[in-house]
Amino acid sequence: MWQWFHRLGSPPAFYRLSETLLPWLWAVFALALGYGLYGGLVLAPTDYQQGDSFRIIYVHVPAAWMSLFVYVLMAVCGAIALVWRMKMAEVVLIAAAPIGAAYTLIALVTGSLWGKPMWGTWWVWDARLTSELILLFLYLGIIGLHGAIEDRAVAGRAVAVLALVGVVNVPIIHYSVEWWSTLHQGATVTKFDKPSIHIDMLIPLLAMALAFKLYFFSVLLVRVRAELLTRESGSRWVKSMLGSA
Amino acid sequence: MTASWAAFLVVMRRDLTVAYRRRSEAVLPVLFFVLVVTLLPLGIGPEPRLLATLAPGAIWVAALLATLLSLDGIFKPDFEDGTLEQLMLAAQPLALLVSAKVTAHWLITGLPLTISAPILALLMGLPADALDTLLLCLLLGTPVLSLIGAIGVALTVGLRRGGMLVSLLVLPLYVPVLIFGAGAVDAAAMGSPVAAQVSILAALLALAATLAPLAAAGALRVSLS
Repeated sequence: MWQWFHRLGSPPAFYRLSETLLPWLWAVFALALGYGLYGGLVLAPTDYQQGDSFRIIYVHVPAAWMSLFVYVLMAVCGAIALVWRMKMAEVVLIAAAPIGAAYTLIALVTGSLWGKPMWGTWWVWDARLTSELILLFLYLGIIGLHGAIEDRAVAGRAVAVLALVGVVNVPIIHYSVEWWSTLHQGATVTKFDKPSIHIDMLIPLLAMALAFKLYFFSVLLVRVRAELLTRESGSRWVKSMLGSA
Repeated sequence: MTASWAAFLVVMRRDLTVAYRRRSEAVLPVLFFVLVVTLLPLGIGPEPRLLATLAPGAIWVAALLATLLSLDGIFKPDFEDGTLEQLMLAAQPLALLVSAKVTAHWLITGLPLTISAPILALLMGLPADALDTLLLCLLLGTPVLSLIGAIGVALTVGLRRGGMLVSLLVLPLYVPVLIFGAGAVDAAAMGSPVAAQVSILAALLALAATLAPLAAAGALRVSLS
């Protein structure tokens, strides 16, 4: 049952699997993005309070969701890397970090752009903005630590420890910042009994969320493949593959 | 059990002795703490009411920075002279020895910071009612700072220039302590109850005291491999 898992841990198998997966990922991503953008920017009705400026939600919210998702995924990779000593998990972890940081930055910038017309200011020290900013620092810490350690094996495991420490702290930081102050509007999508977002607005949002997630996995695979080629440049499978190509 | 406890005491006593032999180095964090808080009124102006509002945050931020600058002392000298490798070979669990070193670090920096804080609170014009809360919160909060900081320095101990990196790794993790520590003092200054913030600080201390030595030990094993 666990065989597929172990096979994923082997760089050549991962490389081949990702090669077959990538075109599909890009294709579904393009479809979801196309529908999400059209639905969000054209089909969705105008908000009765915020006018057209609410449409930035189709970038802001998926990016914010992804910023958390990527961090949790990195922590899971870190746990796998430390428990099972799986090199692939380290490679995935560090390949994911800059993408997650980029999503976090996008969420911050679009939030700031959205805040200007809505709250009348670029930045408020609101709970969610602040915890997102701290999340960005956590990402930068992981990238910085990986960059500072020259030995790749050591760097991979050090980053795995840091990602685990970070993920324990993310909820604590989040709730302490929440307690500290809140000005932000409440959650609009996760209220399951009666979502306060209209269904015509919600469907493009979910499509955009799917597109963002697929984009993440596509870019992640590309980055992991590049990292694998550099790490394993001396090994036989890389030589035979590049030789035959 | 008793052997582990004995090892804990030996490591702690050794670190305390080393610090005592270099007394002039050991007082630097406290001096830094006092200096930062002294500079603040010079930059902002001597208005008493403004200073009193800023006092809790200013004292806490200064304590954070002073702890941060002193973190290198936990592992760096021992890494350079090879003591750390001997500790890793010891029969006792590394996490236990790490917590001994962190305890010593707190006794050298956190405790003096806490003791000197009331004087700074007077300089900043903090209401006298908030003084005991400030002491209690620093007493609970500064060990957390040492514990979390130990993870950061353990990860970077092998690096030649890890100093700035440690601040990037550690400062975001200090946010909850800052929020609840300064929040409690703020509330006390306004005469509100502070039990909630103090309880949370105590919970943070319990969490950090149990988990941080394990994480720091794991990080040391990575760094020294």
